[in-house]
Amino acid sequence: MAEEHEALTSAFSGLGVDESSLLTVITKWRKQPEKRRGFRSSSPFFKPHGSFERCEDDFVRSLKVEFARFKNVTVLWAMHPWERDARWIHHVLHKAHPFNIIVEIACTRSSDELLGARKAYHALFHHSIEEDVAYRVKENYCSLLVGLVSAYRYEGSRVDEDIAKSEAKALGHAIKNAGTKDPVENYEVIRILTTRSKTHLKETFRHYSGIYGQSIEQDFADESCLGETVRCLGSSASYFSKVIDKAFGEEADKNAKDALTRVVVSRSDVDMEEIKAVYEKQYKAKLEDKIVKNTRGNYRDALLSLVGM
Amino acid sequence: MSTLTFPSPLPSPSEDCEQLHKAFEGWGTNEGLIISVLAHRPAAHRREIRRAYAEIYGEDLLKPLDKELTRDFERAVLLWVLDAAERDAVLANEVVRKWSPGNRVLIEIAVVRKTEELLAAKRAYQVRFKRCLEEDVAAHTRDEYRKLLVPLVSTYRYEGAEVDKSLSKSEAKILHQKIKDNDYSHEDVIRILTTRSKAQLLATFNDYHNEFGNPINKDLKADPKNEFLSAMRAIIRCIICPEKYLEKVIRLAISKTGTDEGALSRIITTRAEVDMKQIKDLYYKRNSVALDSAVKKDTSGDFEDFLLALIGHEGA
Repeated sequence: MAEEHEALTSAFSGLGVDESSLLTVITKWRKQPEKRRGFRSSSPFFKPHGSFERCEDDFVRSLKVEFARFKNVTVLWAMHPWERDARWIHHVLHKAHPFNIIVEIACTRSSDELLGARKAYHALFHHSIEEDVAYRVKENYCSLLVGLVSAYRYEGSRVDEDIAKSEAKALGHAIKNAGTKDPVENYEVIRILTTRSKTHLKETFRHYSGIYGQSIEQDFADESCLGETVRCLGSSASYFSKVIDKAFGEEADKNAKDALTRVVVSRSDVDMEEIKAVYEKQYKAKLEDKIVKNTRGNYRDALLSLVGM
Repeated sequence: MSTLTFPSPLPSPSEDCEQLHKAFEGWGTNEGLIISVLAHRPAAHRREIRRAYAEIYGEDLLKPLDKELTRDFERAVLLWVLDAAERDAVLANEVVRKWSPGNRVLIEIAVVRKTEELLAAKRAYQVRFKRCLEEDVAAHTRDEYRKLLVPLVSTYRYEGAEVDKSLSKSEAKILHQKIKDNDYSHEDVIRILTTRSKAQLLATFNDYHNEFGNPINKDLKADPKNEFLSAMRAIIRCIICPEKYLEKVIRLAISKTGTDEGALSRIITTRAEVDMKQIKDLYYKRNSVALDSAVKKDTSGDFEDFLLALIGHEGA
């Protein structure tokens, strides 16, 4: 019986639920209510309540969330990428979720993918993304966010070296003067980060490292809006592998855990190979192994397929 | 409505190419023939002519036009032969490179065009200039103008007719307060003007007028020398009634001592197939003289003939 208790506890720990283990135990314990009672008495999911063991509300709530993970993967996987992105953005704006999802979408999608999301947003919500962001974001990074979601960047390889150099200096200047004015409100910073092409920006960041000895990502080591922007634009694979790893952490909150589904589904067809390579280098472990360790059941199998195991 | 006239049925594109090639041949150019073909073909057909010409004669039609024609006539014809999106891109690029606070062409393109037309122009801009329009506008404008113009060209406005009445009331209040405080480039003002849908903005301007007694543009006339206010008024006029705005641009282009041929070419070539009829009607109402007569009086030669053909002048 200890074996089954262990199996049950394990089935409910981690992201997703191990449906097949559950089924095995359910089948094994048919017509044996005393086995279930034994489980309830020894499990932290139930607390003694007079003459019976009461099911903890938290347990029920968390079960709802964990069972839904596979459903969420399926729905998101089936949805058009434009609708996915539009709904995520709308969700962030209307449920006050972390802004980094907006930065992620605006900076890691191609110009036409972002445009598609803007089209889908029109159709679904009868407003433009920029109008909702401008209206609902009250923090000082509002201008940066509006610029990021409105961008229709050139996607070619043409780079002007002189401009890249001078803009690297302008960025450096803004960062050095962070005491006087927050760089996220600096119009030059916003102009450079929200209008230049991604190829051009990578070149600009390269010059930055050359001039200042540190990469611009290091100078923004925190998780501010500007820091996330620079990371997404500089090296999106590195950004994504960080987001994925956070989902496995001990202190992962709801948003961090949900991010695992979001990243795996949205990047599966795009740059998952690159993300896996960067993940292994950064965290000295294979992404597939971490998924096997930290997720359960159909959710786990879905993630592994999407990640390309 | 379009003022373009063309024969029905249309000659085939290759027949038209042959005529054009004939017009270029030999000494001098047969401008009349060029006008009779190009000024009387709709956009899709002109596109076909351009494609066929390149196929048959091995060069873009724009090349011989550039070689054979001169000055204002050449510029108008070259603009006319481009696709609408390319035309807007070329006009925007010219303006951006020598931008000054008094220039309104960017505003005209960004606000008068429909959402998808502006997007097409931005795509054409990237293909032609290997940069995006937003980065050039941002790099060549300063201060409050940049704050206003970059979002204005970046926006992808919702085009639906839905109006949120409580929002239009509250945003009318915000606009009124900022105008009263002379805080014209406040981020709320810019946010409202550059992101809200046109239907929503019309409702906002109406609520402004109802609530505060004056149309918003009247309150923005506080300082006649202030170019920024003038830019804001232009944006608002383009939203409320683009045809009226364009009529005024033409009127000023003609009435000044010396004619602004650039503005005339721009408005006529960009609107001939869109709303030139309405603009002509408004012109007559406002000036008691037909646009045709004004154009005749103020321009001459092939340039005059070409413009008259585009605005549907009889026998042109």
